[in-house]
Amino acid sequence: MTLGRIMLEIRGVSKTFATEKGETVQALAGIDLTVAEQEFVCILGPSGCGKTTLLRIIAGLDRPTTGEILVEGDAVTAPSPKMAMIFQEYSLYPWRTVLDNIAFGLEVRGMERAERYSIVGRYLKLVGLEGFSGSYPYELSGGMRQRIAVARALAIEPAVLLMDEPFGALDAQTRNLMQRELLEIHNKTKKTILFVTHSVDEAVFLADRIVVLTTRPGRIREIIPVQDGRPRERTSPEFVQVRRHVLDLITEK
Amino acid sequence: MRRFIPILLPLCILAGWEIAAIAINNAFFLPRLESVLDVLLNPLQDRLGSGSLFSNAILSVERVVLGFLLAAAIAIPLGIGMGRSSVLNAFFDATIQLFRPIPPLAWVPLALAWFKIGLTSILFIIFLGAFFPILLNTIDGVRGVKQTWVEVAATLGADERQILAKVIVPGAAPIIWTGLRVGFGIAWMCVVAAEMLPGASNGLGYLMIYAFNFGQVQVIIAGMIVIGLIGLAFDALFKWVERSRFRWRGLER
Repeated sequence: MTLGRIMLEIRGVSKTFATEKGETVQALAGIDLTVAEQEFVCILGPSGCGKTTLLRIIAGLDRPTTGEILVEGDAVTAPSPKMAMIFQEYSLYPWRTVLDNIAFGLEVRGMERAERYSIVGRYLKLVGLEGFSGSYPYELSGGMRQRIAVARALAIEPAVLLMDEPFGALDAQTRNLMQRELLEIHNKTKKTILFVTHSVDEAVFLADRIVVLTTRPGRIREIIPVQDGRPRERTSPEFVQVRRHVLDLITEK
Repeated sequence: MRRFIPILLPLCILAGWEIAAIAINNAFFLPRLESVLDVLLNPLQDRLGSGSLFSNAILSVERVVLGFLLAAAIAIPLGIGMGRSSVLNAFFDATIQLFRPIPPLAWVPLALAWFKIGLTSILFIIFLGAFFPILLNTIDGVRGVKQTWVEVAATLGADERQILAKVIVPGAAPIIWTGLRVGFGIAWMCVVAAEMLPGASNGLGYLMIYAFNFGQVQVIIAGMIVIGLIGLAFDALFKWVERSRFRWRGLER
């Protein structure tokens, strides 16, 4: 993958929390990372390594203790429409139909109903759920709900898509299917994607680069480019080799 | 056959009543079923110069609705504020906890001292009865709104006002509605009691106390039945809205 324009810069980000007992815990230390336009980067690490914290800081939902985030050159201090986040837990509004869930971001921008519904239609098609515009989230399966969440994020046309273990709650089969669909969406929309996961397999399957974090405090252990073309075969020698390398990184202390 | 089980006990009670009334043979203690039915079946007939069952019921309903709406108009915004802001909560909470255990009827002497005998006093008592359940449920409902829903809205570009209107209020609505239902039930109990106070000159409670003074026990019992039926009807209305509008709450996974 040829590296294009710089989309996202993470400069010296660290994060320290105060626990309820008053102790301080360092979640992240000295994270530097540059992500290019259209790149698909996976942030991989064991639970408690601060990867979700990092993503939340990038999204502008949390503030870093030190360092800064730049998206397209602008500092991020609050949630920005240039980035949309997809959460691990189901985050759709249960009182809204699928259509109105996806339209949410356009609605708060003050876009007319007819216009936003026509845009929503395109994204419903992209995620393959055209027939479900009038359904409510509780009528849909977990995989379908995450597709809607992806469509809702894409509808505001963000430059960067932030995904926090979005397929973590899904069964293995649905998960594999969603991974393939996400790659198709990435291919069609050319979005820059930052994807947090604790699954080595998922990271190797999806990413252009894998950023491996250490346990607390989370630091970047290594950044591994995945050269293998797409679609990737999970049993191919290249896949297995990268997977082995990443696994070794995670298991060795 | 099972469908008839719920009406078995009421039928037994009615039969027992009639038998007891015949045996006792004292209409000032327990009137015959027919004499109560006669009152119920002639709801427009004037009773003892104090208006009909119907006109007094309408008055009571008007009062309860007015007092209830006043309580909701203050309790809901206050509850939203307290649910959202720890400062507001800290400011109001202790005071509210102090006043909450005082039964609405314990305010009656003070209400009479302040507002004299009349509508204002009755409204004040109804207001107090409805206020606390609505307030406490609103606070609970607002606190129960998933943080993820709020964060999604923020990342999709919603401002504070939009988050309040499009996420907090609809997300808390089912619990707020429960508070309204409970509050209305208590308000309905309060109005009847308040109308029995010295100086009241109409309403269902007044009619019953007045009937008591004249030994018209059949009017008292008819009044009780009407009170029960009206309470039941309002509760059914609240439940119906709950089922049709807030179905998502029970089905959400």
